[in-house]
Amino acid sequence: MTASARQGLRMLARDWRAGELKVLAMALVVAVASITSVAFFGDRVSQALVRDAHQLLGADLVLVSDHPFAPHFSEEIGRRGLRSAAAVTFISMTMSGEKAQLAGVKAVTENYPLRGRLRIAPAPGAPDADATAGPPRGKVWIEERLVTALEAPVGSRIRLGRSELEVAAVLTLEPERSANFFNVAPRLFMNAADVPATGLVQTGSRVWHYLYAAGPRDAIARLEEALKAKLERGQRVENLETGRPEVRATIDRAQRFLGLTALLAAILAGVAIALGARRFVQRHLDGCAVMRCLGATQSTLVRIYGLEFFLLGAVACAAGALIGYGAQAAIAAMLGDLLRAELPAPTVLPAVQGFLVGIVLLLGFALPPLLQLKNVPALRVMRRESGNPRGGALAAYAAGLGSLAALLIWQAGDMKLGGYVVGGFAVAVVVFAAVAWLVLKLLTHPALMRRVRSSSLRYGLSQLRRHAGSNAIQTASLALGLTAVLLLTFTRNDLVEAWRRSAPPDAPNRFILGVQQDQISDVRAFFSANGLTAEFYPMVRGRVVAHNDRPVSAADYEEERARRLVEREFNLSFMEAPPSHNRITEGAWFRPDGRELSVEEGIAKRLGWKVGDELRFSVGGETFSARITSLRALRWDSMKVNFFVITPPRLLAGFPASYISAFHVAPAQAAALDELVKRFPNLTVVDVGAAVRQAQGVVDQLINAVQLVFVFALAAGLLVLYSALVATEDERRREAAVMRVYGASRAQVAGSQRAEFLAMGAIAGLLATLGAAAIGQLIARRVFELDLPPSLGLWIAGPLAGIALLSLNAWISSRKVLRASPALILRDSV
Amino acid sequence: MDFSAAAQTAGTSSNTKSSSVLLSAQGIGKTVKSGESDLVILRDIDLEITSGEAVAIVGASGSGKSTLLAILAGLDTPSTGKVLLQDTDLFALDEDARAELRGRTVGFVFQSFQLLPALTALENVMLPLELAGSEDAEARAAAILRRVGLGERLQHYPKHLSGGEQQRVALARAFVVRPKLLLADEPTGSLDAESGAAVIALLLEMNREYGTTLVMVTHDENLARRSQRVVRLAGGRAVK
Repeated sequence: MTASARQGLRMLARDWRAGELKVLAMALVVAVASITSVAFFGDRVSQALVRDAHQLLGADLVLVSDHPFAPHFSEEIGRRGLRSAAAVTFISMTMSGEKAQLAGVKAVTENYPLRGRLRIAPAPGAPDADATAGPPRGKVWIEERLVTALEAPVGSRIRLGRSELEVAAVLTLEPERSANFFNVAPRLFMNAADVPATGLVQTGSRVWHYLYAAGPRDAIARLEEALKAKLERGQRVENLETGRPEVRATIDRAQRFLGLTALLAAILAGVAIALGARRFVQRHLDGCAVMRCLGATQSTLVRIYGLEFFLLGAVACAAGALIGYGAQAAIAAMLGDLLRAELPAPTVLPAVQGFLVGIVLLLGFALPPLLQLKNVPALRVMRRESGNPRGGALAAYAAGLGSLAALLIWQAGDMKLGGYVVGGFAVAVVVFAAVAWLVLKLLTHPALMRRVRSSSLRYGLSQLRRHAGSNAIQTASLALGLTAVLLLTFTRNDLVEAWRRSAPPDAPNRFILGVQQDQISDVRAFFSANGLTAEFYPMVRGRVVAHNDRPVSAADYEEERARRLVEREFNLSFMEAPPSHNRITEGAWFRPDGRELSVEEGIAKRLGWKVGDELRFSVGGETFSARITSLRALRWDSMKVNFFVITPPRLLAGFPASYISAFHVAPAQAAALDELVKRFPNLTVVDVGAAVRQAQGVVDQLINAVQLVFVFALAAGLLVLYSALVATEDERRREAAVMRVYGASRAQVAGSQRAEFLAMGAIAGLLATLGAAAIGQLIARRVFELDLPPSLGLWIAGPLAGIALLSLNAWISSRKVLRASPALILRDSV
Repeated sequence: MDFSAAAQTAGTSSNTKSSSVLLSAQGIGKTVKSGESDLVILRDIDLEITSGEAVAIVGASGSGKSTLLAILAGLDTPSTGKVLLQDTDLFALDEDARAELRGRTVGFVFQSFQLLPALTALENVMLPLELAGSEDAEARAAAILRRVGLGERLQHYPKHLSGGEQQRVALARAFVVRPKLLLADEPTGSLDAESGAAVIALLLEMNREYGTTLVMVTHDENLARRSQRVVRLAGGRAVK
């Protein structure tokens, strides 16, 4: 080992013992722990969550076909060692005594579902429980609506085709239930082996065949690849993306929350490191000058301190990676019932990633100030004023942010999110420092100062003015730390609430279909008489026949989903204003008298439609054309009625329309629905409550997991605050000592410190509140596509937190200063 | 004891000439910008210090004595003239080479002690030895600290030592590398009379023991009179 290396080790031990490195080390540990735990999340838990969401599909992979699958499909699944199940669905009349009701029959093999679960209850309204397998032979499970409609309680027998089967349970939850809300009759579950005896499935019967597969992720991906090549016409692969867009959206949002939080923790830790390194440098200027005096060359100093920091970084990053590993284990344990035994073991890669992030953070944020040490002139030993480092915090932040931005591209690959966070912070740092400087100058304007009577207040304010530059940086740093803390407390709660509201408890849990034009006023009257609120949308079924005057055919599209979209009839609607849960993303809402359309942006993208394109629709044999003038973003997880295409009322008014609505029914109002169906027998009421509850459960569990990662970011924010507070401690102690030497009373010293800190606290608190509110809005709108109402709590708590924090600091700081003898302070700092 | 006694005991021949000149300053001038005008701090100083000699630089505040010391040590650069340390032109070297030469040749004692607060007394004394890559830094540092009467204070931090004790640690740090030249800048300036006297006694004693050449800046005429030679500065010039 060279002399410099040995010296680096010794200096590390000595500085650690003196407490100079603890904040830096903690910041690194927090950054690495947060990045690592989230990387583990990506590597392990979030994959499990995605897979878990497959429970909503019933499997990892679902094949759907309008004709029976050839045997080689299930053989292929078996050959690969994957689990498989099968089902058929069809609509059929069920009978019990005099009563008859159309039912959506689903006949499943006994090992269905492969993911997720079926839940059944012994009687309507009784507590339900997981079913370990599908219904046994000779038995059926039916939905409560069917129990009511057929007056067929558990234990009774119902007729289905040529068979008579026993009602064995009330079905309360089925994985795939919400996959298609439309045309759904109440569900009847039966054993697949009983189907032939019913005689219902024959050539030409409208039957859907399902093949399910589950197993390790890679194997499923390979299977999907292999099977896709063998699909025949009328067959398709269903995955989470195509089957459950609302669940996909929820999981994406959770991953963004996680990514954002980890970034926030890392960037804050970077700021804490920059502040800590700056303080370290200031405290080591004299020592370096002495070492230069004692013969150390510039390169010796670089080697000594470089090695010291590298060793510190390595140890802290390793500790952070270990903590991150522990945290993900804790998170996995917390989500115990969501994540099952087949979780892939964590790999070492996230730890390596976290470790490297830590080292880059240290290099980016600590190296620039550290390099200043080598430039300290030896003359400083005789003239203290020579050799103060130039540049300072802002340059260090810029360097650190730059390296962090580079890191993001490498680590997360999410340019949008990274751009918002890094860009936002860069802007915040500059704006905060500029505004703080300006306000400090205004606040301490001589014209204003002359009006101040109290001498300590005046002294405190003039101190602010004298050090406007460094105070502005300190205030900006404080504001930054406080922004993070506010963001992670108030704004986080608001965001989480907004997220929860996206699947709120009063989200629609029933769909009503098939209200005819001549019934609509009676149905509306029935709703208001029974205290139900619902918005009814007209619906016209139409097929798109031409795009920009070119006939549209399924053959034009490669993608299976696009082919299906153009093959089937669309639900078109007409209205004057856009629905409140839709957002125009491009173009403008149509004019009431125009031949214009508004199209959902996803379908437009998929089918290659743009604003300005002309579409021709065929409705009941007649056609009409209109131009797309706007694209809309929909909230698929809103459980509200959504339409791909909306026109002005004038365009569709002549066509036969039925009405549809989604609405919320409290349990006490359920009886009214029975009454509704009795009065209007042609209506179809679909219960999607179970699906809503299922989606809410997933959201709740994801939120809990995300909250744990917030702890790291909060810790990083607090470290920034601490670092910013102690940044000028030494200088203030010296100044207070000088004041006391010149006869200032203890009250005057304390008073001037209080005035100084209070002003800074108020400015920092206000800036942080503005920052947290702005960043919160930006994140809500741009990243999560949520509406975030302004928070009164934030506007009260933010400034108060700034003032309270700095008042506390003023109190602690003056106690420290007043306790020590001025002579001692001055001698130490000569 | 006085400077001349120390010098004689060290057995150096202050009278014999150029071959034993350790430090030579020729035509040193220093001018700094002060607002619009130039401020002359030193002008045309010539000085030769032979090995083993003890020289006091005296003068009123602002006379330029500390600047001269800083230039002699290679810490500050002159506007004109040159300094030869052991026949090496200090300012023909770059900053790093000067630092290395200082490390091998020069010891320092400062008015404000300049101990590193995060290091114990022992570690402060070990520091120059460690920088030089010495293998037995700890033993040598402990021995010299015992020599200055701080054997019981090895593990104490500067803040737990009195001013006099801190300056004794600084003396130990200066002498532990056995420098040829010791430069002292107002070594008693931060001490009370009693501690100051004790520190000076120790400094002179060690100077004799180690055979070091001493150049000391002081405003204390009594202390100056105890040296072999006094260089008096006034208005940036050397006066008789």
